[in-house]
Amino acid sequence: MTFRARHLLGIEQLQPDEIRTLLDLADSYVDLNRRTIKRTDALAGMTQINMFFEASTRTQSSFEIAGKRLGADVMNMAVSQSSVKKGETLIDTALTLNAMHPDLLVVRHQNSGAVALLAEKVNCAVLNAGDGRHEHPTQALLDALTIRRRKGRLQRLTVAICGDIAHSRVARSNLLLLGKMENRIRLIGPPTLMPAGVGEFGCEIYDDMKAGLEGADVVMMLRLQKERMDGGFIPSEREYFYRYGLDAEKLAHAKPDAIVMHPGPMNRGVEIDGTLADDINRSVIQEQVEMGVAVRMAAMDLLARNLKAERGRAAAGVMV
Amino acid sequence: MTAENDTITFINARLIDPETGEERPGGLTISGGLIAAVGEVAEDGRVIDCSGKCLAPGIVDLGVKVGEPGERHKESFRSAGLAAAAGGVTTIITRPDTLPAIDNPESLEFVTRRAAGASPVNIRHMAALTKGREGREMTEIGFLLDAGAVAFTDCDHVVADTKVLSRCLSYARSLGALVIGHAQDPGLSKGAAVTSGKFASLRGLPGVSPMAERMGFDRDMAMVEMTGARYHFDQVTCARTLPALERAKANGFDVTAGVSIHHVTLNEFDVGDYRTFFKLTPPLRSEDDRKAVAEALASGLIDILCSMHTPQDEESKRLPYEEAAAGAVALQTLLPAAMRLYHDGTMGLAQLFRAMSLNPAKRLGLPGGRLAAGAPADLVLFDPDAPFVLDRFTMLASKSKNTPFDGARMEGKVLATYVGGRQVFGAEVRDA
Repeated sequence: MTFRARHLLGIEQLQPDEIRTLLDLADSYVDLNRRTIKRTDALAGMTQINMFFEASTRTQSSFEIAGKRLGADVMNMAVSQSSVKKGETLIDTALTLNAMHPDLLVVRHQNSGAVALLAEKVNCAVLNAGDGRHEHPTQALLDALTIRRRKGRLQRLTVAICGDIAHSRVARSNLLLLGKMENRIRLIGPPTLMPAGVGEFGCEIYDDMKAGLEGADVVMMLRLQKERMDGGFIPSEREYFYRYGLDAEKLAHAKPDAIVMHPGPMNRGVEIDGTLADDINRSVIQEQVEMGVAVRMAAMDLLARNLKAERGRAAAGVMV
Repeated sequence: MTAENDTITFINARLIDPETGEERPGGLTISGGLIAAVGEVAEDGRVIDCSGKCLAPGIVDLGVKVGEPGERHKESFRSAGLAAAAGGVTTIITRPDTLPAIDNPESLEFVTRRAAGASPVNIRHMAALTKGREGREMTEIGFLLDAGAVAFTDCDHVVADTKVLSRCLSYARSLGALVIGHAQDPGLSKGAAVTSGKFASLRGLPGVSPMAERMGFDRDMAMVEMTGARYHFDQVTCARTLPALERAKANGFDVTAGVSIHHVTLNEFDVGDYRTFFKLTPPLRSEDDRKAVAEALASGLIDILCSMHTPQDEESKRLPYEEAAAGAVALQTLLPAAMRLYHDGTMGLAQLFRAMSLNPAKRLGLPGGRLAAGAPADLVLFDPDAPFVLDRFTMLASKSKNTPFDGARMEGKVLATYVGGRQVFGAEVRDA
């Protein structure tokens, strides 16, 4: 078992063996979560603070449940109503929190790199729950777990990621993770929603969705932000759905057993057809949510083990 | 130095002459604040043995931000002057992007008064091209010229309205005033923190295409062609802009271009994990761009190398990358960083001092920048090979310490700086 990281800031810093370790542990937490009695004491006595500078329902509750099932004391800091509004800087907020001795800090922030900046200033383990357009590592990990359980492997798959790649941290983390695990990645979307320099990513790029889906094992849809729909990046919602919305007809170009994923929340009728999203034979969207809790439990468990080991060494006076 | 005799003779120097483009061993005599003789000189007055170290005309740094008025906690005329002296900069040309902007004769007189006496080096001032640098109404260019403005610029605020800009340029032309522009398309570059590309995309940072510089350049050149104004581009940083600059010069327009030391010594990857001390305006470019621009500087296509000194306090840099302030201090690191171009063979010392001293002085109509009899005795004595590791807290005289070279291994130490024949920096140089 290997997992060396002190923080979970991004997929970029993880090695393939660390990813496998985390997913293996998450598998065991899936079983636990399906039982009636779901508590363990992996984080007993530890304090977890969820600090969401950007509104979130799904990710925040997933982290909260994950922490509680591991026995941690979980606190949700309502950042939008707090001192940040009074002009306190991110670093001061971090130092204030740090003084309360949390063990795990789960942070989402609207600026790329902000979570890493915060991690430099605190003594606890920091989990990135999404920073700007940079990374959203637990989302990529839960997607990987979902794929691995459905497809029986996480290598040599053709994965199509479709939609707003440019503004998506989910896409970046997935690109990195699926790349590290040696999969073939296709990016599908209009050029206005492709990041600059995408040609150098080592992916195949398509602006024709049907061509891009040809032979895909996994179809990963991304959410299109409301503010990008009105003529700025795409002409209109309906034109987008016509060209890039996933429906049964377009999905027919993928492999017959291809699975459909979406990080949620969905815009039905914009990026994905409602009926297809509910089709339990193709869509694994609900399963992704379930895997989310397990992956977050595994991530926090592993970081807590490293933290305990580090503190143990420090207490024993060993040079670290 | 005694009051009755201010004559100094430097002997055994390696003379860096940007006018001839040559370096040669020799001596130099200064007297009455001016250079009296160069080359084979008789030992007159106080004699200083340079032991083969380099003697060059002091740097004329075009485009230095001093925090007066408005942000004196970031940099004062005093601290900027001390940093300049320690960096071999003998003339600072200040930017008008202060709070408020230097956009009327009264505020220009205020900074002129504040600067006089506070700084050991010469300070000359630029004024804004439009009121409040807002791009709507032109400033009193005539009065400002009379009050001593050496050039007119809105700095990194691009005058977006071409009608306003055409009037400013026409009016400036009638007075022979030099206008300095920032080549950047304002629409395309809006909100950008880095240069667009794979690196920017993987970091999730908003980027701007290098093409935005070319577009800004082309637009401004069309305006210059229309109005006949004297024009200087503050920073040309992309390979794609260089052919356009070459054409503009070949077509005989009165146009010059500069570049900051950072854009010829660093590239976009130096930003690394969101290191905000590398956040600059315009953002750092690709390594291909850096090389092309450094070569253009060596060939003389790009005329001027400057520090683009921009002091920022710790608070404005200790923020997420997108929100952090842009700019870096560089008065003191300009010369040692420029030595990187010398040591990697990009250009010779005489070429470097042509870009740092002679060309800016010539462009602004100032007397310095030359090693010739009759020129002001503004000199820098330096060792291009002396190594050191930069410690921003102990080695920088600026109030702000935001240098991207913190902890960097550098070569090139200023030994002494003279302004108007008076030593303003350096240990008491050993008399012969």
